[in-house]
This record gives sequence, structure tokens and C-alpha cells, in this order.
Amino acid sequence: MKGILGRKLGMTQVFLESGNVVPVTVIEAGPCVVLQVKTPSVDGYSSVQLGFADQKRPTKPEAGHAAKANTVAKRYVREIRGSLDRDYQVGEEIVASVFEDGEYVDVVGVSKGKGTAGPVKRHNQSRGPMAHGSKYHRGVGSLGSIDANRVFKGQTMAGRMGHERVTVQNLQVVKVDVEKNLILVKGAVPGPKNSFVTLRAAIKKESK
Amino acid sequence: MHPLVREVSIQQLRTDFPKFRPGDTIKVHVKVREGSRERIQVFEGVVIKRRGTLVSETFTVRKISYGVGVERTFPKNTPKIDKIELLRRGKVRRAKLYYLRSLRGKAARIKEIR
Repeated sequence: MKGILGRKLGMTQVFLESGNVVPVTVIEAGPCVVLQVKTPSVDGYSSVQLGFADQKRPTKPEAGHAAKANTVAKRYVREIRGSLDRDYQVGEEIVASVFEDGEYVDVVGVSKGKGTAGPVKRHNQSRGPMAHGSKYHRGVGSLGSIDANRVFKGQTMAGRMGHERVTVQNLQVVKVDVEKNLILVKGAVPGPKNSFVTLRAAIKKESK
Repeated sequence: MHPLVREVSIQQLRTDFPKFRPGDTIKVHVKVREGSRERIQVFEGVVIKRRGTLVSETFTVRKISYGVGVERTFPKNTPKIDKIELLRRGKVRRAKLYYLRSLRGKAARIKEIR
């Protein structure tokens, strides 16, 4: 399983040679450092731990962990889990060239926070009539049977929305710019601009 | 916009066109693919609007074809445009010339800047 960490920079569009326009998200991908390689014999599973973006004031444990990889502590540390596609060395640098044009990736990020949101926005419920004497506008509506004497778990209500981990699968890599550490991915990616994202090879597409 | 996003955008801009603005009459040479061969189709008319910035800029050209008004919107930076010729520069006082749609014949003429 290969992957890289990065930062979402924003969206624009790209013209293909055929003249078709593709909406792309520009991701500043890497350079990342391999902080740790986990193996089934030691850790019970295999993964590569990557770090991206330097941390200003690391804690001592963070600094010590990074020192093993001969680097400074990183702000964004994530594991790319799964059987290793090759031998990784601790301290090795990972750059945007891990992905090629046309490959498919899954992008993981933290979605934009929406604050407290009503059920219409949060759970795609329908709203009631806004006029003609209706007193039911955008409220939750019925919470279920009166006979149950309680509200069942999972009842859709108003509450905090967004700011949660979201994975978007099977986004095509449109272009990789190794010099500038940029990966252009087709379509939108979760999270606000300048937020951290994880790119990994798409798990539902065969890797080429 | 992030400077790097801007850069990606700017790299794709086409700079080989003459400067033109709404009111100008232009000839757009469009590459049309028919099966396996490609030919050039010319669309000539008045530019009635330009919108958008950087790569996403588009412009709309209006012409009267067999008595029917035809408008075609092109992405400015598409590789499908072979070239653009500026035929006439028009004197207009607004950026969007939607009023031309309700005019026809002599009234729909635009004064030329010489």
C-alpha cells in the first residue's frame, strides 16, 4: 500500500488534450518522512508511518520519536496501513512521484465544520410547507412511536455537523508535478483549504 | 487563491490570441473532430460577454445565421480553438451586451472604433 501526506491548496481546472475540462484539487504532497515502519512480528500489523510539515514546538516524546528518523517532529503524522509494496527505510523521504498520472487514489481529510445544523441540512430530511398555515417548517418531526416510551438510538436530530474524518474513494490523479511537490486530483477533496489530507492508492481499484 | 494553485492555472493560459472585448467582431477558428479526421470550423460574430478569470474564463460570440440568432460560448483557454482573428473593434458602453438579443437588423449594429 503506498501513500503520501499533503495539504489541500485549492481547486482549479485543467484542459486535457482532447479539449475536455477537468476540475482538479491541487494538493501539496510531501515531501514526507518515514517515521516508523510497523511489521506484523513487532506491532501485529504492517504499515508505514509518515510525517508531514514541521512542528514548531514539539513535545519531548514527539521530538524523540522523530529523532529516530533523523528529522524534526512533524505536525501531521499518519500511517498508511496495509502490506508494504516495497522496503521502506526509517528516515526515508517520500515525494510526490509515488503516484503517476492516471492512477487512482483515496483521499482522507477532515471535512469542513458546519457547527450546529438542523435535520434538514444534516440528515437531508424534507422540510414542511413554509406558509399556508403550516406550523411545521424545518423541525425534526416525529421521534417515533409513542408506545416505545423512549427515543430509539440513531434518531436523526439537529446537532454538530461536519469536522469529521471523510474518505473520498477512487479519485483520478490528473497530473503530478514532482519539482513543486504537487498532485492534481480530479474532483473535490474533503476539508477546507490548507487542511491536511492523506492520499493512498485506491483500495477498490487494482493497482497497476 | 493559493499562489501554487494560481500557477497551475496560469500555466494553461493561452496568450496567442489578440486582445478583444465585448462589442468586438471576431472570427473563432474551432477544431472540430469528425470521426478520425479534424477540420477547422469558423464562427464569426460579435463578442457579447466575457466572464471568469484565469483558466476558467469564457466568452460568448453572437451571430445571425439564416435569420436566427446563434450564440456560442467558448472556454478562452481551450486547446480546441485554433486561432482567433479580430475583425472589428466596437464602441460599446457595457460589459455584457445582452441588449443585442432584442435588437435585429440595422439596430443591432455596433459603432466601430477606428
